[in-house]
Amino acid sequence: MNFDVREIRKDFPILEQTVNNRRLVYFDNAATTQKPRRVIDKIVEVYTQYNANVHRGVHHLSNLATTAMEESRQTVRRFLNAASEREIIFTRGATESINLVANSFSQQFMSEGDEVIVTEMEHHSNLVPWQLLENQHKAKVIKWAFDDRGELNLAELEELITDRTKLLSIVYVSNTLGTINPVEQIIEIAHSHNIPVLVDASQAIQHFAIDVQQLDCDFLVFSGHKIYGPTGVGVLYGKEQWLSQMPPYQGGGEMIETVSFSGTTFNQLPYKFEAGTPNYVGIIALAEALRYVEAIGMDNIVAYESELFTYLAEKIQSISDLRLIGTAEKRASLVSFVTDFAHPFDIGTLLDKMGIAVRTGTHCTEPIMQHFGIPGTVRASIAFYNTTEEIDILHDSLLRAVSMLK
Amino acid sequence: MPRYFELKMNELESRQQQIIDEFGVFTDWMDKYEYLIELGKELEPMPDSEKTEQNLIKGCQSQVWLTASCNGGIVTFRADSDAIITKGIIALLIKVMSGLSPKEIAEADLHFIDAIGLRENLSPTRSNGLASMVRQIKMYALAFASE
Ligand SMILES: Cc1ncc(COP(=O)(O)O)c(C=O)c1O
Repeated sequence: MNFDVREIRKDFPILEQTVNNRRLVYFDNAATTQKPRRVIDKIVEVYTQYNANVHRGVHHLSNLATTAMEESRQTVRRFLNAASEREIIFTRGATESINLVANSFSQQFMSEGDEVIVTEMEHHSNLVPWQLLENQHKAKVIKWAFDDRGELNLAELEELITDRTKLLSIVYVSNTLGTINPVEQIIEIAHSHNIPVLVDASQAIQHFAIDVQQLDCDFLVFSGHKIYGPTGVGVLYGKEQWLSQMPPYQGGGEMIETVSFSGTTFNQLPYKFEAGTPNYVGIIALAEALRYVEAIGMDNIVAYESELFTYLAEKIQSISDLRLIGTAEKRASLVSFVTDFAHPFDIGTLLDKMGIAVRTGTHCTEPIMQHFGIPGTVRASIAFYNTTEEIDILHDSLLRAVSMLK
Repeated sequence: MPRYFELKMNELESRQQQIIDEFGVFTDWMDKYEYLIELGKELEPMPDSEKTEQNLIKGCQSQVWLTASCNGGIVTFRADSDAIITKGIIALLIKVMSGLSPKEIAEADLHFIDAIGLRENLSPTRSNGLASMVRQIKMYALAFASE
């Protein structure tokens, strides 16, 4: 493997610090990833060399900024292997991408009584937007439950699909269970009923290669900050056949062609969906993050992270007082666990005192907690800059926390 | 000021001072948490019937229930939590406040919280929880004081 984690770690300035007098061990990567120097430098570069509002000015700086932003769109297109840059919409993040689809898709293609199928393991950001539609009587949310290992049953999907089903919106990798859902098969089933599929790739995009044409998904969303890019920028990929028919989401500058009080016409794709000054600095820095990932190589990332994940899962499982939540056969990048005698908050607090950052709570997936009847979990999530030594530290610190709390 | 009240003021002070002294010997936050966990475990559990929505304190990551009763001008608190450390923190507050008069509790200046570094060492969400606990304790006392 052409991958040296010691070298990789040097790219991430934030990792070289101590917390509570111990070396920082960062295992909250599913919440957000740290940023490599290249991405941080890119942000500084834009502001120090060619900051200007995009798509508007005829002047030199505006041209540079516009070119950089549109090149970034090409980078995202290449990264996802989308057919056209018109299918790449920049948003504030995965949440906004989903809200955009919920609003614009439903306006064009749904009416009262129509149904959207989501899984029981969705992040709230892929549940609440659909519930908001439900509140306005524009959609009915249909739950696709998972089993106690955290796996979906494809046969059940066939039973949930009705002639009112207009969309499936599903998470690729669960941010709480780690389950990798069989989205290729799900899409095949949905398409056999002519139902489009939105894939929430927030926890997938940073861990393995995604080819939207091969996947044949109709929409795919992710946030830049979870793939080593800045916060406040995200992507909506949508097939042109859908996007071109959908009405705009927000109104404002950029998204129009002509405006008058007697009527306004809208810009072409992708600008139709990008109202207002975009976060062009974030967009340019996101593209830099994607190039960084490409430079390391997705194959290398997959190989290294799967070793790391296997080691993490083994180490956690070796502690008999911990119970894994999410034991699907196909999992990636994170483990969630609980104890019978302490709250996740207790474990998280003690780990923090030992310099380890994990997440505790419901992880914005309360239906998962309700499924298992637990108040929350402790979640440790990895990135390719983590090491097996850090997993050993986590393991030993967990042993200490458990013995204090028991 | 009546003599009884003066004595009790000293009681509050001496309780706080005792906790400050106890925490003073700990050199590491892990030791402080060890102590909080012990306090949490020692706190008498609440019957489930009292763990009601009404007794729940809002603003904590874990669930905290608190009840109070007033007999002969003396307030007694009972609390529980589903998290052991949170239980330890509320146990500490009860250790300082239980057995005092409503007025003393309502007016108490809880300087020990800062002195032992409890506030600064708890993350914002958690220290909101701590603030909510103190507020709820004082609200009970105010209600008793006005009875
Ligand atoms: C699976 C999943 N979907 C959606 C989101 C929402 O991402 P954001 O808050 O960046 O919009 C997250 C982030 O936690 C997530 O893990």
